[in-house]
Amino acid sequence: MKKDWLSIRTIVAAGIGAAIFIILRYISIPVGFVPNTTVQLSYIFLALIAVVYGPVAGGLVGLIGHSLGDALQYGSVWWSWVVVSAIVGIGFGLASHFLKISDGEFGWKSIAVFNLFQVVTQAIGWFLIAPILDISIYGEPANKVFVQGFTAGILDIVTVGIFGTLLIWIYTQTRTKVGSLKKEA
Amino acid sequence: MRMHMLSYIDRATPIHQMTGAAKLICFILWSVIAMTTFDTRVLVFMLITGVIIFWVAKVRLSEISFVLSFILVFLLLNNLGIYIFAPRQGTTIYGTTHILVHLPGIFSLTCEQLFYQLNVSLKYFAVIPFALLFIVTTQPSEFAASLNRIGVSYRIAYAVSITLRYIPDVQRSYHEIAQAQQARGVDLSGKQKFGRRIRRASAIVIPLIISTLDRIEVVSNAMELRRFGKKKKRTWYHGRPFTRIDYLAVLFAGLLLILSLWLTLQRGSRYYNPFI
Repeated sequence: MKKDWLSIRTIVAAGIGAAIFIILRYISIPVGFVPNTTVQLSYIFLALIAVVYGPVAGGLVGLIGHSLGDALQYGSVWWSWVVVSAIVGIGFGLASHFLKISDGEFGWKSIAVFNLFQVVTQAIGWFLIAPILDISIYGEPANKVFVQGFTAGILDIVTVGIFGTLLIWIYTQTRTKVGSLKKEA
Repeated sequence: MRMHMLSYIDRATPIHQMTGAAKLICFILWSVIAMTTFDTRVLVFMLITGVIIFWVAKVRLSEISFVLSFILVFLLLNNLGIYIFAPRQGTTIYGTTHILVHLPGIFSLTCEQLFYQLNVSLKYFAVIPFALLFIVTTQPSEFAASLNRIGVSYRIAYAVSITLRYIPDVQRSYHEIAQAQQARGVDLSGKQKFGRRIRRASAIVIPLIISTLDRIEVVSNAMELRRFGKKKKRTWYHGRPFTRIDYLAVLFAGLLLILSLWLTLQRGSRYYNPFI
């Protein structure tokens, strides 16, 4: 393949992935014990699609899913957070080089690698890039956007850490493991 | 559960007849202006223009009211947030203090703060009519063609086109799976504990995700068989050449951007200051 970084599979994964991402924004689970906070299913799914199809697909799902989703749901696009979604998608995807999800492998070591990547990229995205873009584009007060970034970031890191890991594990159970066939004696 | 989503509304108006690419360029230029400037005059002008074009496009308020209520609630919360976290932001920006209402601590209401928050809200309102118009007056299939037209690689434009194509499909699968699970006795209503909510949601979401991911393989094989992506360019069924109204609209948005940048450079600041 000539254009390997953007293969047909990546394009389709990005397109269909973004469609699921947008639908999942409408399905949120209220946490209950913390008021007005919901478990964001979209980012959990973003983690799955990125580790399966790689950083390009992950970044495109974040970019297309968030911008189109904002436009269709609210009629306006919050660009600073769209950029962060794309970066987070790429970051999740970078972990795919060290994992063998399609081969059905997701042991404790893979879980540790995945969580390392997701914590680092989400921390950079939500704690640093989102507030800085909010200040430079919308001229919002610094302390407000940093509090917003930290709340969203911590919530996302925890939910992706728990439910993202779980979802990827469930997905690997649907794959056939390499070398799972044994010759009968 | 109903999912409220904006979609294409077919009407015969000049705005609908414009090519998607021209509308996309205008929308991008318009967003850049709104993002870069804090000049109240420019923002008010943009808002008025937006409302007029809205009227020309014959979009009824009732067709987009659900979105407007979302936006209004969001803006209200955002404004409250700004005031709670930074009640002196206006003074920091404009350099003067005209107190309107005395309140304890730093929370005294100033003219500067009101003016600053008015500008922040105007920045949103200036773009909203255009974003809404772009969505409700552009055919989804033309949207991908316009992305390609303005220089986005056609592979990425095609990804966007696939997204728009599959949103209704995923929605339909969601309802089918939800009904199937209800038939099997999964309770989807009422208040329950957090653990049960998670189990209930995963009973729908996991089959939805796994079954939709399978489609990726099917669709990419089909595209591969049709030799997608072998050539550098592709043509679009819905691609149309620019007409006079398209050039005029792009010219108008471009001139406004230049005017706004010129005002900013001349002042040496993004903020229009009526207080000095």
